[in-house]
Amino acid sequence: MRITLKVWRQDGPTSPGSFETYDVPGVSPDMSFLEMLDVVNDRLTLDGKRPIVFEHDCREGICGSCGMIINGVPHGPEKGTATCQLHMRKFHDGDQIVVEPWRAAAFPVIRDVAVDRSAFDRIIEAGGYISTPTGAAPDANLTLIPKPVADAAMDAAACIGCGACVAACPNSAAQLFTSAKLAHLNLLPQGQAERWARTEAMVETMEEFFGSCTNHGECREACPKEISIDFIAMMNRDYVKAKRKNRKLLSQIR
Amino acid sequence: MATTTPARGSSTSARGLVRPTFKQPSKRLPYPIGLYQTAVGKKWVMGVTGIMMMGFVLVHMIGNLHMYEGPAEYNEYAEALRNLGGALIPHEGVLWVLRLGLITAAALHIHSAATLTIMNRRSRPQGYQAPRDYSAANFASRTMRATGIIVLLFIIFHLLDLTWGVFLGDDYIKGDVYNNVTRSLSSAPVAIVYMLANIALAVHLFHGAWSLFQSLGWNSPQFNQARRVFATAFAGLILVGNLSFPIMNLAGVVSQDTRTTPCAAEGGEETDICLGVNE
Repeated sequence: MRITLKVWRQDGPTSPGSFETYDVPGVSPDMSFLEMLDVVNDRLTLDGKRPIVFEHDCREGICGSCGMIINGVPHGPEKGTATCQLHMRKFHDGDQIVVEPWRAAAFPVIRDVAVDRSAFDRIIEAGGYISTPTGAAPDANLTLIPKPVADAAMDAAACIGCGACVAACPNSAAQLFTSAKLAHLNLLPQGQAERWARTEAMVETMEEFFGSCTNHGECREACPKEISIDFIAMMNRDYVKAKRKNRKLLSQIR
Repeated sequence: MATTTPARGSSTSARGLVRPTFKQPSKRLPYPIGLYQTAVGKKWVMGVTGIMMMGFVLVHMIGNLHMYEGPAEYNEYAEALRNLGGALIPHEGVLWVLRLGLITAAALHIHSAATLTIMNRRSRPQGYQAPRDYSAANFASRTMRATGIIVLLFIIFHLLDLTWGVFLGDDYIKGDVYNNVTRSLSSAPVAIVYMLANIALAVHLFHGAWSLFQSLGWNSPQFNQARRVFATAFAGLILVGNLSFPIMNLAGVVSQDTRTTPCAAEGGEETDICLGVNE
């Protein structure tokens, strides 16, 4: 296969950046998208040019490091697939492929198509954990959880934090990420003690960085884990409840 | 974990390359009002006010169907609205409470939409340089701001036209609703404005009546399938009902010529006659 690659090149967070076009012959249809970029980078390095900077780690779709806009779609044309699991056989010989970084105020470009997603870390720090007693592991099946509840929590926990939801959203909202990170704890018994404090803190931290949801549903389409926007509705309900409940909880100490 | 305590500042959030785009409010107001300081809360307010205005739009459309019964019945309906609450409450008392509620709802709905739009613009200062390919966002959801503005402008036009009679001049008869509606809608340009505005309203409702379930967190596998059906049916019902009025007026099915009450002939000096009281 021979493709034309049009990639966003940007030297640093404050540089302007622009598209550059590369002719890429000799692409095997069995290559993953990132392997194709590796080949391009090898050739660039041999030519004494700066290789394209992109993030990657596990290359099996579970770490959430990779991610770029491919032909106008986050993670490329295949649904429910991260960039690393996208294969070149999904493209045709002679195609032009346009690659662009995630665009959001909260995701500044570090270089080329690598962006800083630590805004997501700020949201997790605000409450995306449970405080558990340390010590011996509790007995298995000590806390019974109905199967549908466990399944729903697992669906939410599938979020790999890649940022495609923010990239896909016309408003750069991080509602799908935040709601998934809330739901996988808020649905389970272990997450109940801090449920309302967590919901309030994570939503309000999210709103420091990201836009607001208008229920387009683009995030679900872009999500490599196909996380449902039902979790966004759950977050909205929990947030309004949390505002009331947290006030009540505060009154307990007076 | 931070809670409702006001001690939290945004200073902890700024580290490394990433800076918060928006400041947390320096003072969080108490519960129901404080909701309005947050984006999720504002969307909740938009959902609630949306339901209020949907209720109005539905009742308004159903009420206008009295037009097809005839002048006397139509004007009687209008008088009944002013007399809501009967003798217990001053004339137009209940009506004014409803009006003030709707004005407040509309104001909050518009203010939320405007401030959230500004927020959304700021959260992506540099847009995509290559064309984006949207797959889920439909025409209605992408044009909410445009259709919302069209509906707002139309409401102003509609009030000027039929509540204050600015455009009808001497043809406008206060209290003779049938006369005013038929005279206004028998003009083709006005009827077209009404039709276009109601198409915009239906498009707005098609997304809004679904979206409110998400914003209010009304989500359950038990009825999720019905939400799209509801929104489509509601938007369709409003569209058909509201479009019928300008169309039937243009077609002459409803017009001054068909009225049997003497109001038009009298020049509308006596509204009691128009109401069919002295028939």
